[in-house]
Amino acid sequence: MNERPLTGMFRPDGLAPDIKEYESKGGYQGLRRALSMSPGEVQEEVRASDLRGRGGAGFQTGAKWSFVPMGENAPRPKYLAANCDEMEPGAFKDRLLMEGNPHLLIEGMIIGAWAVQADIAFIFLRWAYKEAARRLEKALHEACQGGYLGKNILGSGFSLEMRIHTSAGRYICGEETALITALEGKRATPRSKPPFPQTSGLWGKPTVVNNTESFCNVPHILAKGAEWYKSISRSADGGTKIYTVSGRVKNPGWWELPMGATVRELIYEHAGGMREGYKFRAVIPGGASTEFLIEEHLDVKMDFDDVQKAGSRLGTGTMIVLDDRTCPVGTVFNLENFFARESCGWCTPCREGLPWIAKTLNAIECGEGRYEDLSMLEAHCHLLAPGHTYCALAPGAVEPLQSALKYFREDFSRHIEGKGCPWS
Amino acid sequence: MATIYIDNKPYQANEKQNLLHACLSLGFNIPYFCWHPAMNSVGACRQCAVKEFKDENDKRGKIVMSCMTAVRDGLRISIDDPEVKEFRARVIEWLMTNHPHDCPVCDEGGECHLQDMTVMTGHVYRRFRFRKRTYVNQDLGPFVNHEMNRCIQCYRCVRFYNEYADGRDFGVFACHNHVYFGRHKDGVLESKFSGNLVEVCPTGVFTDKTLKRHYTRKWDLQTAPSICPHCGMGCNTIPGERYGTLRRIRTRYSGQVNGYFICDRGRYGYEFVNSPERIKDPLRRVSGEGAGPGKYAPFEKGTALGAIKDVLNVSRGVMGIGSPRASLEANFALKKLVGAENFFLGIPDADYRILSLVLDIYTKGSARTPTLDEVESSDAILILGEDVSSTAPRLALAIRQAVKRKSFEAAGGMTIPYWDDKAVRIAAGGRRNPLFILSCSHTGLDDMAKERYFAAPDDLARLAFAFASRIDTGAPGPEGMSPDFKDLTARICGALESSKNPLIVCGAGAKNEGLVQGAANLAWALRKQGKSAFLSFVLPGANELGLGIIGGRPVADALKAIGEQKADTVIALENDLYRSLDKKNADTLLSAKFSITLDQISNETTKKSWAVLPAASFAESEGTYVNFEGRAQRFYKVFVQGGGTEESWKWLRDIMLEAGRPEASNWDTLDGILRDMANEIPVLAPITGIAPPETFRIAGMKVPRQPHRYSGRTAMHADKSLLEPKPPEDRDSALSFSMEGYAGVPPPALIQRFWAPGWNSVQALNKFQSEVGGPLRGGDPGKRLFEPGPGASPAYFAQVPPGFQPRKDEWLLLPVYHIFGSEELSMHAPGIASLAPDPYIALSEQDRLQLGKQEGEYMEVGIGETSYSLPVKPVRELPEGIALMPSGLPGLSGIGFPVWIKKPGKGARR
Repeated sequence: MNERPLTGMFRPDGLAPDIKEYESKGGYQGLRRALSMSPGEVQEEVRASDLRGRGGAGFQTGAKWSFVPMGENAPRPKYLAANCDEMEPGAFKDRLLMEGNPHLLIEGMIIGAWAVQADIAFIFLRWAYKEAARRLEKALHEACQGGYLGKNILGSGFSLEMRIHTSAGRYICGEETALITALEGKRATPRSKPPFPQTSGLWGKPTVVNNTESFCNVPHILAKGAEWYKSISRSADGGTKIYTVSGRVKNPGWWELPMGATVRELIYEHAGGMREGYKFRAVIPGGASTEFLIEEHLDVKMDFDDVQKAGSRLGTGTMIVLDDRTCPVGTVFNLENFFARESCGWCTPCREGLPWIAKTLNAIECGEGRYEDLSMLEAHCHLLAPGHTYCALAPGAVEPLQSALKYFREDFSRHIEGKGCPWS
Repeated sequence: MATIYIDNKPYQANEKQNLLHACLSLGFNIPYFCWHPAMNSVGACRQCAVKEFKDENDKRGKIVMSCMTAVRDGLRISIDDPEVKEFRARVIEWLMTNHPHDCPVCDEGGECHLQDMTVMTGHVYRRFRFRKRTYVNQDLGPFVNHEMNRCIQCYRCVRFYNEYADGRDFGVFACHNHVYFGRHKDGVLESKFSGNLVEVCPTGVFTDKTLKRHYTRKWDLQTAPSICPHCGMGCNTIPGERYGTLRRIRTRYSGQVNGYFICDRGRYGYEFVNSPERIKDPLRRVSGEGAGPGKYAPFEKGTALGAIKDVLNVSRGVMGIGSPRASLEANFALKKLVGAENFFLGIPDADYRILSLVLDIYTKGSARTPTLDEVESSDAILILGEDVSSTAPRLALAIRQAVKRKSFEAAGGMTIPYWDDKAVRIAAGGRRNPLFILSCSHTGLDDMAKERYFAAPDDLARLAFAFASRIDTGAPGPEGMSPDFKDLTARICGALESSKNPLIVCGAGAKNEGLVQGAANLAWALRKQGKSAFLSFVLPGANELGLGIIGGRPVADALKAIGEQKADTVIALENDLYRSLDKKNADTLLSAKFSITLDQISNETTKKSWAVLPAASFAESEGTYVNFEGRAQRFYKVFVQGGGTEESWKWLRDIMLEAGRPEASNWDTLDGILRDMANEIPVLAPITGIAPPETFRIAGMKVPRQPHRYSGRTAMHADKSLLEPKPPEDRDSALSFSMEGYAGVPPPALIQRFWAPGWNSVQALNKFQSEVGGPLRGGDPGKRLFEPGPGASPAYFAQVPPGFQPRKDEWLLLPVYHIFGSEELSMHAPGIASLAPDPYIALSEQDRLQLGKQEGEYMEVGIGETSYSLPVKPVRELPEGIALMPSGLPGLSGIGFPVWIKKPGKGARR
């Protein structure tokens, strides 16, 4: 049996463990150990564990924290935020964690706050996650009662206030700087870096934003040490990962597995392979903003570096499988329509380019496609490259399109020639 | 300076700037939208892409946004690289997907930055074949027209309105490709700078609503450099005319004065020039048959001059009443006509005393009067008794920037360049330079103030003395200040002392001499402590300071002369005596046997004069104003009004010539009278050099007022005559009323429009500046008349005024100012008039309750012999014993503030 630090405490009845149960199974031990260490030592422990950001970018969590100004002259208050605005099509791993074990997130955040000496922490929660909100609220209350939050936590002298902020519901809020801007009560548009949030974030003060799953790893790293954490992985990246598979597989769902499980294992062992009558065509490995992988990539290890080598990104590790009876053009239209709608409207290529892509895909799907549309779509994949746009939304948005044009070119042509969708 | 390589050629560029700014300054054409030299970079539009190369061996390069790239030594870029040219064309193509392409019916057409940039990128062929998104437009009030369908989402409007001008009722709504810029619902834009949206918007979303009513394309407008006549800031403007009516005002950039922006009073007040109340012919009161109040008959210019000569010949004494809204030339000519002994400054007594004081302070003082550009660099500001937002709006906008400029410092500490606007704001985290406002009641800058303090002007004056004596113990200070005052003094002086460039702002608004003296003492004390302190006085008239420099006696002396029958003739120059004086005194002056008035618009004074001479407005005149800073600036005729209208100084010259007076013999042209003025008044010596003389030519040519594409010239008068009339001659300036002439960039004082090849919009301005956002090529126009001497060490004003003593049965009535309403001429512009408040009396909450009056309930207010019935407006913070009334509103003019008025009995009703 693999170690399952993230989901090991999930209850079979689907309810969240309360604080007593959480404590009885080793909860808040990581925090106790962290408080016995200096903030610098905690940062170092997390850095040594090779924990990489689970929001998709894969930036080293320990390194991220190390940019926060420390010491007596550091600007105050300092802030910490958990990015729980999970809205990537196909992704639901953060919801699982928050509903299954809310104290784990809270403990991870308190440790993070100690490590960077933050004064106030926010849980930036997607508005639709109503159940998660209820469970987090209860857990927060319990944590306060238990002395894990508020003034002088566990007699350490360290104080932390933690609040839940329910987002208004825009995908762009998942972008670190847009999240901060939204927390300030402003339009959720990304900011330029520098200044980096660690030095000048929320209201101009040092701010750390980490993904839900990243925080959930932290208590175990502290409780059992960086070496243990690295040892439970099957790849260079430390720890376990929540992988999910959706699409026409026999057994869609989620699994906590050592980092580095292969695509084949996930689809054919854990998800039970394709449903009867459906054949595997491709998979989006890490949420909607990653490139398709195909048959030849089935043995790619699902970690940050290997998926990148295969031409895509691990992203959130939440796979969407495309079968042979689903129209790839329609699939990509669905995704691009989402991204076009979720553009914040700040920069031109994203605001105007994505709707053009979506409208063109829709035209192709509806039988109004033209041959020149394909070169127009291809051009957009290059035009919306990183650096051409203000943030990473549009470059991410064209990743599935770019690979679809590469792998499913014939399907696009069939739509145009046949003046309609062959699948409809 | 750094060496950068643009398409493999080396250029020198400023390392402090971003690449776009530097390339534009070098004369390259890179298209852009969201960047603005006054608002810097945000990287939204992605239009200014260029290619950056690692080194000379890098052939691939990468696309970067030039506005977000710092200039650095050795930087290698390409503007002409095919890939990046293609990218820029695609950005335009994206922007155009939803643009309505309605240029033929769009007011921006022909001066549209979007048109220019589209042509610049070469995008011509439309590939987007889907439906465009559409919006519902809003009614934003009388000044700004809204057509959101044209929007290309550059975000400049919100960045100007909300971030630069700190407006709060406008914003960006919705998202993705349905972003909307407007108000939460229809309604008048609250910002007094809303008109700048028209110039900031790169296309036709925000256009000038007043222009729309009498629309003319830019290429059909006759234009000339001008100065705003609606306050003492001296903002540079470009009015435009066609078919004998003024059509609009545009900002004329000046690096040191108004920069890129002007206020709405300045932009929209111009319609007074087209007022049906304009006087266009000489008028004479009808005597004998048909006589009666207000009965006037026109008479020929020659007859008028003859009749006036006759009057002067028989008169027992002629008195001239000057004007703060008339040019230096006109006031000088009148003073010459009547003689120095008989020239009176036509302003209220309190203003006269303050003007004299301010001139004295500017002449002998040690603190420099800042340019508006320098105001923005002040790092601590104290405003004493003046609602700058209403009396000097452009100064208020500059003060806003000074307060916010603290953010550059914070960003600089994090090595964020000043131009990275969003990053600077984030890094600053809301840090601001301190602004303190001490006044009688709230002001339009309160939202920026670190601290507000409300007191009667006399008490504010004592505070100013207290500040001065705390900073320099050699300065006289008041005795027995209360502990409250001491704390306030400590806080404000602490902030001033820890600043580098403190600014003290005061003015004539509070009508208090002690306050003016206190302000001067404070600035001088700071100078003594080694601070490079600035001192600014706000004066209401466009040429108030100029009037003071010409110099004359107070009007009270004129009243005495009439009373003693030493004079029987009064010549009032562009001055409605019923606004400048109370009714009784105005009546007294106009009771003179002969009263001759020169003015533009019919008013109480013209209606009671013996003769009226039609004076040209600022747009029909050449002349000089001196602004609040002491800067003399020239303005030029935009057009010739025709009829009997004449510039005031020329009327006065012609009267003198008719009367055989030798003084005017050299005044054949403007240069003649300028020379005489410069010779006679030492302070004015520089004025002959503020603009090129009439004889100035470039390659033998004058500078044309009409643009190169002025259309229909030969047909404009074809309904009357098939022959094209000879264009008017301008014998006073190097400008001509013609399309023919020098087509290049003229000297700065003669810039009549911003237009350059490929740049048809106002942003052609880039080509007129020595460095984009910097001074105009050849230097910003105008000359400062006052500079503190190197060793200036003025003696402090020694008389600390006594504190304010409220009276039991009386209020001290003081003026309160409204940007729309308090200024005379702009109130003849329908848009401005529609936004002016109705008359009211403001009482403290305590007084209101004591009287048992509800808000809005009417009460009788007796001032002198006049009684007014006014609604009560409670003003919570008003100090005890003081009441306020709006200054200058129709029906409320001619009140000699400050004045004690009787409190009515309790419960007195209308």
